[in-house]
This record gives sequence, structure tokens and C-alpha cells, in this order.
Amino acid sequence: MSAGGGLDARVEVPGRLAADLRADAGDVVAVVGPNGAGKTTLLRVLAGLLDPGPGGHVSLGGRSWTDPPVLPRDRRVGYVVQGQALFPHLSARENVAFGLRARGLGRAAARERADAELERLGVGAFGDRRPGQLSGGQAQRVAVARALATDPDLLLLDEPFAGLDVGVAASLRVELARHLASYDGVALLVTHDAVDALTLGTRVLVLEDGRVAQTGTPADVAAHPRTDHVARLVGLNVLRAPDAPGRLTAFRPSAVTLSVAEPTGSARLRWSGSVEQLTPYGDGVRVAVRTTHERPVLADVTAAAVAELALHPGLRVWASVKETAVTRYPATADG
Amino acid sequence: MTGRTTSTLGRPPAVLVVPAALASVFLVLPLVALVLATPWSTFLDNLTSPEVLDALRITALTSGLTVVTCLVLGTPLAWVLARVDFRGRGLLRALVTVPLVLPPVVAGVALVSALGRSGLVGEPLRDATGITLPFTMTAVVIAHTFVAMPFYVISVEGALRTAGEQYDEVASCLGATRWTTFRRVTLPLALPGVVAGSVLAWARSLGEFGATVTFAGNYPGATQTMPSRIYTVLVNDPEGARTLSMILLLSSVLVLAALRNRWLTTGASA
Repeated sequence: MSAGGGLDARVEVPGRLAADLRADAGDVVAVVGPNGAGKTTLLRVLAGLLDPGPGGHVSLGGRSWTDPPVLPRDRRVGYVVQGQALFPHLSARENVAFGLRARGLGRAAARERADAELERLGVGAFGDRRPGQLSGGQAQRVAVARALATDPDLLLLDEPFAGLDVGVAASLRVELARHLASYDGVALLVTHDAVDALTLGTRVLVLEDGRVAQTGTPADVAAHPRTDHVARLVGLNVLRAPDAPGRLTAFRPSAVTLSVAEPTGSARLRWSGSVEQLTPYGDGVRVAVRTTHERPVLADVTAAAVAELALHPGLRVWASVKETAVTRYPATADG
Repeated sequence: MTGRTTSTLGRPPAVLVVPAALASVFLVLPLVALVLATPWSTFLDNLTSPEVLDALRITALTSGLTVVTCLVLGTPLAWVLARVDFRGRGLLRALVTVPLVLPPVVAGVALVSALGRSGLVGEPLRDATGITLPFTMTAVVIAHTFVAMPFYVISVEGALRTAGEQYDEVASCLGATRWTTFRRVTLPLALPGVVAGSVLAWARSLGEFGATVTFAGNYPGATQTMPSRIYTVLVNDPEGARTLSMILLLSSVLVLAALRNRWLTTGASA
């Protein structure tokens, strides 16, 4: 592992992404956001495959990569693209050795290092296989080994668990967490999974519609989601506080009580609406209640409650939540 | 005709079936006639006459050199067209594919205009070095390359585009220069297209006649290829002409078989 420095980037790709990003060496920045939010664009800019735009710049460890421009091959970036893109005509070992050979290491030394890297990722036995003969999980490990073999200062992982079986993804997640913890450069991990973002990331960057919607520590983002996407990602209801403009109200769906009659007790937040959707969720049922807010209020209730209240789409109900179960915070970081 | 088509959609109408049958006969009959007319008993004797051996040798040599020239010059051109973004790329692609549809004899006239004794490049070349290209075996290779290279370039460019730029980007992030990337990633992945393009160029070169006789002439032992020899001896030595024709027909069938396996079926997914 080489010792890189902190990352400082400003991206202004017109029509695609406008974002600032700062991260220290050792940081794992989890990049989350809906499809088309600009996650891959961000990685491509950092790798040097896309121009950062008119006002953009990228620097790592105090050295600028954009002024003067540094080619991708001179950036020391380990980039695991979505779908791995292992060279199909090379064996796993040759794939991992490719970057070492390209950077001038001798054949034997590159081969030895490649074998060690494959071993480290738990795929040492598959060095002679072509990518077509590897399972999805094995191929992903080879791709990570290939990226790590060149001692990158910046590691970019684009959806490393996408398309893997649940069990395979889980074991890769555990191992990747270990490698990321011992990695002393800056790492960016693009994911659409809240668990990945919150467990693997030391920082979370939420992109939406080509902008940074939220950034912070995993704990902060999980507790105070600022957009609907993050709220759904971490499983919280987030509503604009009716009594305080500019502030958000967050509460867990399991804290919501549904009733047919208007609930009594003035300390409760309550909304009248109609049942929109019922979906199985864990042991119970997640009920979406359409209210006057732009997003439905989610409530987790037991199957028994569904039967008792005879819940069905279209039924008028009251959703209420105790004041003690609600968190209130400003809608913007500096608000 | 599958059973389904006949049984569920009704009988194929005669107005289509009759012309289709005529077309089939039209295309197959001359080939059958050639096979029947080939003097099989004297096939080997005809084949070993000095003039025929010369034509065979010249054709093998020039078509081989044509393929090599296409590989050396056409591969980089295909790469530039597929991978380098520059003004006028579309125009260049259109221009280099013109020989594909140009009448071969016009190609020959164009080559004479460029490389002939008093041609645009030919005259200064002769003045400077004393070298004249027309009516040499080099001229045969030039004529063949001129008409065959577009086939090669189109085939390889298609393969390069199919392989996509993603692997080039990955190689670049791994620290490879563009030349290393080309050598170790791009070209190996485009190999099916290179093979198919070479076979196409070879086949085109094998049968080339118009541009060759116009630019390189028809001199036995120097520039007379098999098609030129066939044309020359058809009246006086029909047996020899048919023997050579049979060889070219067999070559064509081999090319078709090679392309079916390599290109028409698996090429798209390779």
C-alpha cells in the first residue's frame, strides 16, 4: 500500500454533475444516489476518463491532476468498473499482472505479485482461469485484486456487489471491509445499498440529479436524512415539519400507529389519509398512507393489525406518531 | 420452406416460387457447367504447364503480399477510424471505402494517374530514383491492395467497435500506454475481425482482374495472375482456362466456408 494524500475535487460536468468532494487518506467515501444521479460520472472524472468541466479540478495529496492534466495511466488510480471488465482473453493472473507489467515490472515479478494479490482476495486457486470460467463473485474478486495490485493512491469501486448472489455478495462485503480498513489511500465506493454505505463508508456522499444532496458521517446521514431518497434508503419517514418551515421531521415506520378513528391525545403528530399500498416487510406489513404531504407516510404494522383494521387500499385511516419518537433537524446543513 | 410456413400461411404463390427457382438455376447452373467442363483427366497436366505454374505462383505471392500490406497498413487505419476522434473522420471513412464500389478498371486508371510513368507521384518518383511501378509485380500488389484494403478496414473497424472502448479505458487506468493497450488488449480482442478481414481481402485479391490488367498489365511470368491468364487463354486453350477457373472456384468455396464459421455465425458475439 502506498501512502497517498487527501483528495480534493470539484466536478462541473455540464448537464451531468456538479459536486465538491474532499476526503482524507484512509477515508472510504460511500457514494449513494438513484440511477442517473452522476455516481459513475464522478468516478470517471476522478479516474481521468472524463474532463472535470470548466470550473472543475482534481488533486490528490496536494498534487493537481487537472492543471496540468494528468493522463489516467499516470494517476495511480485503481478503478473497478461496474461489471468488472476483466480482459476476456487473459487469465485471471495475467489480468492482475497487467497493470504491473504496464508500469514496468518484470514478467516474473509481476506474476509473483499477481499470485499474492489473488491469494489475498481468496481466489489464488483460479489464476489460470479465463474470466469466462469464473463465477460472478470470483470475477469480482479478481477485478478488485487487479485494482489493488498497482498500489493505487485512489481506489474507485463502482457497485462491486451488483449482480452477485446474496451469499456471495455478503462474503465479498466482509472481505472488502477488511481490505478497505487496511487501505491507506482514499477509496470511493458507489453503492445503492444503505447497509453498504453505512457499514463500509467512513463518509457518505449522496448524489441526486447531478448534485450533492447530502454529505456527512454514516451515523449523521442515517439519523438525519435530508432527501426522500436517503430517507427511503435508511428506512425512515422524513416530512417537512408542519409547524416549523425549513426543518425536517424524521421517524421510523415502526413508530407509526394506524387507526380508523381520529386518535386522541394532543401530543401526537397525526395525519389523515388513505391506504395506498400494503407490502410484506419483515415479520409484518409496510403500509403506505397517502396524506397531504408529497410522499406517503410509511407505517410498519403487524399482520394481526392489518386484519383487525381490515386495511385495504383506499381505506381512510389516521396515522399518528408519538412526539418522543420524532427527530427534528434543519433541512440544510447550514440552516 | 418450413412446414409451418406452408401449412399455416398457405402455399407459397407461384408468382414468387417460379422466379425464385429461375434465380437458383441461374446462379447454380454455370458452376455445375464449369465442374462438368473441367478436364479432370488432364487436370494435373494442365496445372503443371510452365505458364499456369507462373500464374499460380504470381497469384499466390501477390495475394499473400496484399494480405500482409492490409495487415500492416489497414489495421492502424481501422484503429484510427474506430478510436481517434478527429474532424473529417466520417469523410475519411467514406473516402477509403470508395474503392469498395469503384469499377476495378476505373481503379486501375486511377492508379495509373497516380503512380504511372507520368503520374502525380509516379513521375517525381521516376525522376528521383529511376523506379517505375507499372507493369511490375509490385504494381500487381498495389492494384490488389487498392481494391482489397477497404474490405479489410471495414471488417476490422467493425470488430474494434464491437469490442468497445471499455477495455481500453480499464487498461489506461492500469497504467498502460495506448500502444501497449493496442498490442495487448485491443488487437487480441479484435482478432476475429482481423481474420475475417484478411480472408475477405485475400479473396478479393485472388479474383482481381480489371485494376490489375489496367495498371500492371498482363505479362506471363511477371504480372500475369490467374484471372489474367484465364482471360488470355480462354479462346486458344479452353482446357487450361477451365482448370484455372476450377481452382479459383474451389478457393471461393473455401473462403465461404471459412467466413461462415468465423464471421457469419460467431463473429458477432466474439
